[in-house]
Amino acid sequence: MQDEPTPTELIKAVADFLRNEITPAIKGHNAFKLRVAINGLDLVTRQLALEGDSDSAEAARLKQLLGIDGALLDLNRALSDKIAKGEVDLQTPGLADHLWQTTMDKLAVDQPNYASYKRELGSK
Amino acid sequence: MIEAELGRCVAAWYPGATGVTGAAKLSGGASQETWTFDIVNPSGNVGAILRRAPPGYGASPGRAAGLDAEATLMQLAHDAGLPSPRVMHVLKPEDELGTGFIMQRIEGETIARKILRDEQFAQARPMLARQLGGVVAGIHGLPAAKLPKLREMTATKEIADLDREYRSFGRPRPVFELALRWLRERDPGPSKEVTLVHGDFRHGNLIIGPDGVRAVLDWELAHFGDPMEDLGWICVNSWRFGEIDKPVGGFGSREDLFAGYEAAGRKADPDRVMFWEVMGTLRWGIMCCGMMQRFRQGPDHSMERAMIGRRSSETEIDLLRLLAPRGK
Repeated sequence: MQDEPTPTELIKAVADFLRNEITPAIKGHNAFKLRVAINGLDLVTRQLALEGDSDSAEAARLKQLLGIDGALLDLNRALSDKIAKGEVDLQTPGLADHLWQTTMDKLAVDQPNYASYKRELGSK
Repeated sequence: MIEAELGRCVAAWYPGATGVTGAAKLSGGASQETWTFDIVNPSGNVGAILRRAPPGYGASPGRAAGLDAEATLMQLAHDAGLPSPRVMHVLKPEDELGTGFIMQRIEGETIARKILRDEQFAQARPMLARQLGGVVAGIHGLPAAKLPKLREMTATKEIADLDREYRSFGRPRPVFELALRWLRERDPGPSKEVTLVHGDFRHGNLIIGPDGVRAVLDWELAHFGDPMEDLGWICVNSWRFGEIDKPVGGFGSREDLFAGYEAAGRKADPDRVMFWEVMGTLRWGIMCCGMMQRFRQGPDHSMERAMIGRRSSETEIDLLRLLAPRGK
């Protein structure tokens, strides 16, 4: 068992240090890059917090849709195959809901401030 | 050091030029660079832009039209009265600057967030969509006989290209599969009318001033094809920068874009434009995945590229909003 603080706590502490202590001291193109860096760390903390639950829910939906079991990557490969061959489409019960839920879970990690995501969160 | 070569170059063709000053690189990958500089001249300095492939980088990669073609297109656009910089000089071997051209520098803004939010563009924003409709109509109407040799694209070829590129990443994305299937089922076939297509008509490639559009830049992706492609591309949500209810670049409506296009004597086809908007959204998503690939494999192991890889999910939600909208 690894000791504390947890990865989430450590990354958050580093991101907060960069945001609060370093950002005011940096100008120009490096200020832009620093913002990208902080965004990257924030993304990682969101993924560490959310990925476990969203992955298991996604896997459960895929098992239901496909009627098979397997690793998440293989299940996604199987679904992609079926969509490409036209064996499932937006008329297939559960497919649109599954794609929406999976995509919303990705945006919650990648870009929770993306305007389309915020709009869809509000109109759920 | 580039100032010495540029100085020799401009002295040979710019009347009274004695050299250049303030040369600074604006952007550039390994094979193509953009520089800004001033031509020093007794009657006042003149702003100029160098766009070049440095010596040793001759051929343009993949889809690129090539710098010679870019220069010809910009000059044709300028001559037709479209907002475009004047091409001042096409590089020759004796210039020792590589291949490319020097053009007039046009002042203004290309950064979308400033164009969409800064007070100085408040007057321009409501008229931009209509204005750009007119500009793109002008591009589509440039005289065919004078155009350089360019690749010819169809919707069918574009779908095949995107499919190949997506599959080369080897990572399944069900939403992209859905979009590819949707596009194949609605492929309108070869366009009845084939024209010059700018190919990258969007924020970043448009210089905007408080008075409106001042220049169209970056003809690197120019080709022959369905003119509706340009109208669809500028409506892709990724170029709205948060202003998602204003489909044209976050500043205007499709109706205004089409009105400007039709006022210039051309016909817009809203269904085909929508088809190309879906294509464009998928294309940007696949380009984001490509950035991730280059981050992993390429010499450009940059944090920015890595983070752009995480933006492909933005195009997935936009594709779902287009193809499978949820009941409000």
